[in-house]
Amino acid sequence: MRKKNLNRRTREELVAWSFMSIWVIGFLVLTMIPIFTSLYYSFSDVILSGEGIIVTFNGFANYAQVFSSAEGFNFLRSVSDFAIEILFKVPIITVFAIIIAVLLNQKIKGRGFFRAIYFLPVIIASGPVINQLINQGAATVPLVEELGFIDLINQTFSESIARPVANIFSELIIILWFSGVQILLFIAALQKIDRATYEAAMIDGAGVWESFWKITIPALSNMVLVSVVFTIINLATFSENEAIQHIKTNMFALETGFGFSSAIAWLYFLALGIILTVFFLIFKGFSKDRRRR
Amino acid sequence: MKKISKSKIKHFLLGKSFNDGFFGKISVYLLLIIIGFVYLFPLLKMFAYSIKDLEDLVNPTVQWIPTKLYLENYRISLKVLNYGVTLVFSLLVTLLPAILQTITTSLMGYALAKFKVRGKIIIFAIILLTYLLPVQVYMIPRYVLFDRFGILETAWAIILPAIFGQGLSSAIFILIFYQFFRMQPKSLDESAEIDGASAYQTFMKIGVPLAGPAYLTAFLFSFVWYWNETYTSSLFIGSDLYTLQLKLFNFTSQFNVTQGLSDQALNEAIRYSATILIILPVLLVYIIMQKWFVEGIDRTGITGE
Repeated sequence: MRKKNLNRRTREELVAWSFMSIWVIGFLVLTMIPIFTSLYYSFSDVILSGEGIIVTFNGFANYAQVFSSAEGFNFLRSVSDFAIEILFKVPIITVFAIIIAVLLNQKIKGRGFFRAIYFLPVIIASGPVINQLINQGAATVPLVEELGFIDLINQTFSESIARPVANIFSELIIILWFSGVQILLFIAALQKIDRATYEAAMIDGAGVWESFWKITIPALSNMVLVSVVFTIINLATFSENEAIQHIKTNMFALETGFGFSSAIAWLYFLALGIILTVFFLIFKGFSKDRRRR
Repeated sequence: MKKISKSKIKHFLLGKSFNDGFFGKISVYLLLIIIGFVYLFPLLKMFAYSIKDLEDLVNPTVQWIPTKLYLENYRISLKVLNYGVTLVFSLLVTLLPAILQTITTSLMGYALAKFKVRGKIIIFAIILLTYLLPVQVYMIPRYVLFDRFGILETAWAIILPAIFGQGLSSAIFILIFYQFFRMQPKSLDESAEIDGASAYQTFMKIGVPLAGPAYLTAFLFSFVWYWNETYTSSLFIGSDLYTLQLKLFNFTSQFNVTQGLSDQALNEAIRYSATILIILPVLLVYIIMQKWFVEGIDRTGITGE
């Protein structure tokens, strides 16, 4: 009874913080302080010397360098490539995941087996593995190239759009490989739909097609947002993503260094924020539109 | 009689709705198999090519089935990757972080699920932010920090963030544990408290044993993601200590170092065999624990509201 002076509420809170303490210390030391330090670096000239690092504030010089140097231009181009690619990849991955989830949610034999097959790429898709597959030409359906599809894209679009779009087709299978987790998310959402809803709709004369659009898709809508966010973050932090490669290579480059790298890391985060916002607004627009109807 | 059997046949073939009938079923299977084949095409091609010898590689009539089983590619890859030693180190920087991260994130998830904490919403917002904020933003100061600690180019650079729940996708695991612990009946904790158990005893004796599936799922995903991670590991553990993934990434130069003087040239069959050797450990884990990966997401209730 010696803790009588502490009331129950405070005691509970102390216990909770003791559970959380390891994470909280880690967050402060390994994440939060580094975040602010990185922000400071991005406005500084960071020089590595024998005695350690010398950091001198230099305002927006790093950011100015991004928009005026060759390294900066390469980075900005890879970010715009990434943004264009993601505009295509996210819908491709989402639609594919929904189709596979609906198919796997049917009453069929070997469901577990098929689910295991479609989840397999998540297990093995590391940067170097994917890199090998793409470089050896195993990433594309042979038909796509034989039919001259990529030539067609190169001829129709301007260079800055054709490059990322052609990329998507030449890596189509690998892009689908990024849908494993999303398929499982959609299956879980589908299983939450009450069978009775479909039966009631059928009695009212709704066909399969109508049930799909009026029952299945609305039931999935929240999961679509989760899946889209997961897809974007997953692709954005994938190690073969060219934009994030720039951040690492510039760290030890002669003309640039830690300051410049920190600046482009923050610009990358900003771009990611814009991409997420755009998709969020699109999603909002769609769900509002559907409710009105 | 005839009428009945006719409607029965119709029922059998077409079913009440599209997915009940014979045709519906067949088309679902067919779609799943065809898409599945295209989906796994890169893997299948890789397996087929990895056992081809030079003759089969250049022979355009040999596509999927090599004329003979040729394992020399694997022998070369094992040597280039220095497989045994590298595998041990890879497991060290995969298993340890996975276990430690699972423990720390489970403590965090438990605290958020079971206790009233002021400002819980802010903590959740921070956790979500750590998920959205790419590691690139804070990895440079981390690099400087690890340099100061003197743990750069050691396994500690990977293990330390994991201990403190700041590793790979820690936010996701916290949410998994939060959801799971929240679903446990409160009455169990209350009766334990009445029996005089402290919060820590309740956690160890009731929380953890009942959360087996969540622990296993979190550990397995953590394991696989650490295995596949190369971006930060290449920065933090650098050039001397290679994991299998990093060796694969630098396979050409590795090949030139170990095989440079022999007359064997690097070809795609060797590359493919190396790639298979890299994915083999996780593939084995997946084959054995497949159910836990696929059903894990469901079972942990991460998809709940």
